[in-house]
Amino acid sequence: MIYLDNSATTKPYKEVLDSFIKVSEDFFGNPSSLHKIGGQAEKLLQQARSQVAKLLNVKEAEILFTSGGTESNNLAVKGIAMAHRERGRHIITTSIEHASIHNAMVQLESLGYEITYVKPDGNGFISAGSIEKELRDDTILVSVIHVNNEVGTIQPIKEIGTLLKKYPKAFFHVDFVQGAGKVPLDFYEAGIHLSTISGHKFHGLKGTGALFIKEGVRLSPLFSGGNQEWKQRSGTENVAGMVAMAKALRMIFEQSKEKLNQMKAAMERLRSGISQIKGITIHTPRENSAPHILNFSVKGLKAETFVHALEEKNIYVSTTSACSSKKKAASKTLLAMGVPQDEAESAIRVSLTYSNTVEEAEIAAKAIAETVKHLSEVVKK
Amino acid sequence: MMYDRILVRYGEISTKGRNRNKFIDRLRKNIKRALSDYPNATIKAERDRMFILLNGEDSEGIAEKLKAIFGIQSFSPAVKVDKDLEKMKDAALELFRKIHKPGQTFKISAKRSDKTFELDTNGINSEFGGHILRNIEGLKVDVRNPDINLQIEIRKEASYISAETIKGAGGMPAASAGKGMLMLSGGIDSPVAGYLSMKRGLEVEGVHFFSPPFTSERAKQKVIDLSEKLAEVNGHFALHIVPFTEIQQAIHKQIPENYTMTTTRRIMLRITDAIREKQGGLAIITGESLGQVASQTLESMYAINEVTNTPIIRPLITMDKFQIMDIAHEIDTHDISIRPYEDCCTVFVPSSPKTKPKLDKVQNFESFFDFDELIQKAVEGTERLILQPASERLDDSMDDLF
Repeated sequence: MIYLDNSATTKPYKEVLDSFIKVSEDFFGNPSSLHKIGGQAEKLLQQARSQVAKLLNVKEAEILFTSGGTESNNLAVKGIAMAHRERGRHIITTSIEHASIHNAMVQLESLGYEITYVKPDGNGFISAGSIEKELRDDTILVSVIHVNNEVGTIQPIKEIGTLLKKYPKAFFHVDFVQGAGKVPLDFYEAGIHLSTISGHKFHGLKGTGALFIKEGVRLSPLFSGGNQEWKQRSGTENVAGMVAMAKALRMIFEQSKEKLNQMKAAMERLRSGISQIKGITIHTPRENSAPHILNFSVKGLKAETFVHALEEKNIYVSTTSACSSKKKAASKTLLAMGVPQDEAESAIRVSLTYSNTVEEAEIAAKAIAETVKHLSEVVKK
Repeated sequence: MMYDRILVRYGEISTKGRNRNKFIDRLRKNIKRALSDYPNATIKAERDRMFILLNGEDSEGIAEKLKAIFGIQSFSPAVKVDKDLEKMKDAALELFRKIHKPGQTFKISAKRSDKTFELDTNGINSEFGGHILRNIEGLKVDVRNPDINLQIEIRKEASYISAETIKGAGGMPAASAGKGMLMLSGGIDSPVAGYLSMKRGLEVEGVHFFSPPFTSERAKQKVIDLSEKLAEVNGHFALHIVPFTEIQQAIHKQIPENYTMTTTRRIMLRITDAIREKQGGLAIITGESLGQVASQTLESMYAINEVTNTPIIRPLITMDKFQIMDIAHEIDTHDISIRPYEDCCTVFVPSSPKTKPKLDKVQNFESFFDFDELIQKAVEGTERLILQPASERLDDSMDDLF
């Protein structure tokens, strides 16, 4: 099997699963319990928090554990919107966000907030200038995706953050889900107030994530209850999941040091192989894009058919973002970039991780070429 | 162009006379230990400054470490250049290009301890300033408030070019002033008192009173975590954990309720003093702040302090709680301290402790019971832990989970 859908989810590292099982079995206590069993669980949770904080170069008290990317994104957006609604009700985001940001914004619109969706240029980039144009006195939040999950463009986060330092009323949230462990980002340096990570995108488990909340930033909780996580996210902590996530994050950083060049070489091999196929358009720009995502369209072919055809060869890719693969919809990001409707509907995304090799890329590129040829013969033009 | 050295300026050490070398040597050792992750960096200590030769190590990482080391007034990453004007100008321009971002202003600050150099300070300023202005588009000079202050220092052996002066932690080199025992409760104040003592060069060991089951393992863990934070300063921190349950119960039985607090503090002080003697310390450090709680009124301190002649250092005595909390945030102990567990100071608190205890009364109450034996027993049963900094915590059994 050649699994090239690592932006949808990654296979948990064996060591990560081992930790999860060991913590679940031997340290099953509730961190809020007063007795020793609770104390052990609490200590583990704290160690997980401290490790995540250290890896991301932030303070321990700035890491809030959640159930994943969707929750972190919702908590950041709605939490800021609710807590600061007296100061303003205008929010700026982009038209190429993940659904968990986009639909949270849509919901806020129905509650009387005003949302501005900034469009990218033809290559998928949001410029700091286009954000600045939309900033107003009542803007309370700017939320920008770091690495776009569909095409892999890296937005100029540091530049946008630097610009926002001049607008002290607006908080800056960054969806870092696709970037974590793949494209470095210094939260402090980039002037970020909130940032989302998700465990299962770096070989941790589904249902684990975190939200970085810079010291001094106030938000309203989504979940009320037993006041865990400094009252900002009630609910018994998923200790085993968070320990597993802390370990996965450590491991992906190590992998990144050792194998980034291997992954880049595999990507290069895929890109050069695919770009030679007739009727294919590559949408992921060469410059300022993540090393693990490649998005392309095959003229006149249905993306879904293509995915299944490759599946028969034991190669797994996806149509745009996994969350929307079940819906028959064109890639929103591609449409926003100005890609024509039919091309946006036939987009395929290949996404790598550090264990993918150049050999696998070689086989996949060949298989993609064969599949295009074969399907083109079958499908009526 | 990479920085090749970091120039370290001493703080108060410069005011020392014949002892100076002792202090410099201590500082050198402390820096060496802090830079153990950077094996290629070497330290050259001189009488009035120190150079850390990077030998290819990362200057930013080392700068981060230096910020926390006591005894350093300030430091500057720098480049050493031969005293050849052309070479110096090239080097200055190259360094400037590396750090300059469009729109930033600059100025040149020249310092010339070698008076034989061909240019005087004004000459250096205009020569180098002109050279950089000619080569960088749109650059402006701002002598009052520049974004970049390019410092050019001409010394006898060479010239040094640097672009920033980073503030150090000040104080005196850690462990250059003898040893004190810190009474560490787990609250916000005591770790701050410990930190400030270390800043003046004291070597500090912690003493914690542990009363199971009235206080929990978590309260003990809290103090261990605080100690690991304090260990960042010297690379290790000794913590003495005193079994205190029996004494606390005896006090409860023997002493009228509104005087229990006074007696408890007196006995804690006696035990700390005994441990101090064992450890070869010369002082006791507390986090007391005048008037903060019943035991910290002047009358209370007078009644409590009577059990010993050992100097008691109270770094926070005239500070307000907010000032203390600010420092606690700075040294990252605040969030540990506020974990809500009962500790020795909270568990046996009487409903209305005497804020103005009378010494003769305390002595009278204590005279009906022989505390000495229990004190002896507690000192003998004290557990001693040597803790590593939180940032370099040694493996424990759970570490394979991470």
